[in-house]
Amino acid sequence: MIKNTGNIIEVKNLVKKFGSFVANDNLTFEVKESEIFGFLGANGAGKTTALKILSGLSFPTSGEVKVAGFDVYHDRDKVKKNIGYMSQKFSLYEDLTVKENIRFYGGIYGLSGKYIKEKTDELLKRLKMEDLKDKLINSLPLGWKQKIAFSVAIFHNPKIVFLDEPTGGVDPITRRDFWEMIYEASNSGITVFVTTHYMDEAEYCDRVCIMEQGRIDALNTPALLKKQFNAKNMDEVFIKIAR
Amino acid sequence: MDIENIVEVKDLKKSYEKVEAVKGVNFSVSKGELFGLIGPDGAGKTSIFRILTTLLFPTSGKASVLGFDVVNGYKNIRNNLGYMPQRFSLYQDLSVIENLEFFARVFGTTVQENYVLIKDIYSQIEPFKNRLAGQLSGGMKQKLALSCALIHSPDVLILDEPTTGVDAVSRKEFWEMLIRLKEKGITILVSTPYMDEANLCDRVALIQDGRIMRIDKPKNITNDFGRKLWEIKSENIYRLISDLRQIQFIDTVYPFGEFLHITTKSGNLDSEQLMLVLKPNHPSIVLNQIDANIEDCFMELMNK
Repeated sequence: MIKNTGNIIEVKNLVKKFGSFVANDNLTFEVKESEIFGFLGANGAGKTTALKILSGLSFPTSGEVKVAGFDVYHDRDKVKKNIGYMSQKFSLYEDLTVKENIRFYGGIYGLSGKYIKEKTDELLKRLKMEDLKDKLINSLPLGWKQKIAFSVAIFHNPKIVFLDEPTGGVDPITRRDFWEMIYEASNSGITVFVTTHYMDEAEYCDRVCIMEQGRIDALNTPALLKKQFNAKNMDEVFIKIAR
Repeated sequence: MDIENIVEVKDLKKSYEKVEAVKGVNFSVSKGELFGLIGPDGAGKTSIFRILTTLLFPTSGKASVLGFDVVNGYKNIRNNLGYMPQRFSLYQDLSVIENLEFFARVFGTTVQENYVLIKDIYSQIEPFKNRLAGQLSGGMKQKLALSCALIHSPDVLILDEPTTGVDAVSRKEFWEMLIRLKEKGITILVSTPYMDEANLCDRVALIQDGRIMRIDKPKNITNDFGRKLWEIKSENIYRLISDLRQIQFIDTVYPFGEFLHITTKSGNLDSEQLMLVLKPNHPSIVLNQIDANIEDCFMELMNK
């Protein structure tokens, strides 16, 4: 399938300050539709700050930001309706069952009861987790939770899904299952914006943006970055940029 | 006291109400070893470390550190142990130097007395010594936490996932610091979910779901990988994964960055045959036989 190449996210001169601290220092970049866009960088580089602005959770200090065609200053609610979000720290309600979580999120995004029921069965079948429907989330291993959480994040078929370190601490097999789910989503037209500290995962991205101290250090395909920095893999690219 | 094993763990179990987090583990660590506990979240690493640092009682089984039992001899252990927990646990509202002086004082020593030991690490944050700990970057917090864990010159250092959530560069630097510490004769236990860090340890225990699957030198573990392994790539990784999965004689297919690692059901591979089957959808394929790494081995053990 040929991926669409219109821009789904447009950022121009984005600045975010907290008092005198500049967390995002004049960022300019675009993300193409159905791209898998990797956002890398040390903790404190400004990734989460930018992610929060893109997902309509906080305002920029200045600059232009458009997500799914909507301006983040004036159409925040429209931005929120068109995106999904998942992070390592929070994904699902631990004291609700799998089915209850899906119904809850589906309801928030305004999906009909009928749609929710149909899609829930489909989702669980695809994950081979049909018999987990009525299990509490806190009874499941982390890897399974993350897979379900990702499916829930794209349940309403958003244009973009933001993933903040979704595979942190997950076992190596589940980590790979998870990335296959990301590939599938991207292939079906959903843009995936993901942050990670696993350098092998950076290789799975169509393009990678490396941030450092509030600024963008590099933005390109993994192949071109490796060429540019004469590196064997993304790990080496990252290390060469930092030094 | 001159003992062979600095840490001894026998049939250790730990349950939290209905959840059995540690299901009977056995291992020992010798003096001056850099020992890695490698496994994902929920494997039981933190529970084991909390028991060894005398912060948690075992449900059953025995553990000893420096010859002292973790339950009955905890006071002796605490004086000679340095601990860096997973979450930053220093005082955010004290400065760098205030934190360091606090820990030195609590252990009955001074910063000057053991400065030589921490100099390597502390000198990197010393310029910021009056900054509040809460305002340090992640990498600097790590260095401070490590300095505080070492300030009383412990015989044993236990680090619980010190590199989790940290960028690749800081991770590398941190391990370089650990190796230099090991050269000073400190016994170090580290846990990590990053499989590539296993290679930096003297010996590792691969742990999953409360059980240790294998303990050995990293080299021995990778040498024991049961079968032949190949790496393969093409211009369309996603398509390659699904195409490979349709092929009868292919067994496992796992992405590893740019490449996929594959095994076959028979153990052997007719590379010409494979290329022929894939060529229509993948005009340029790269295929090489390779040695397994720790992650390949971990996944093989998980599948057993």
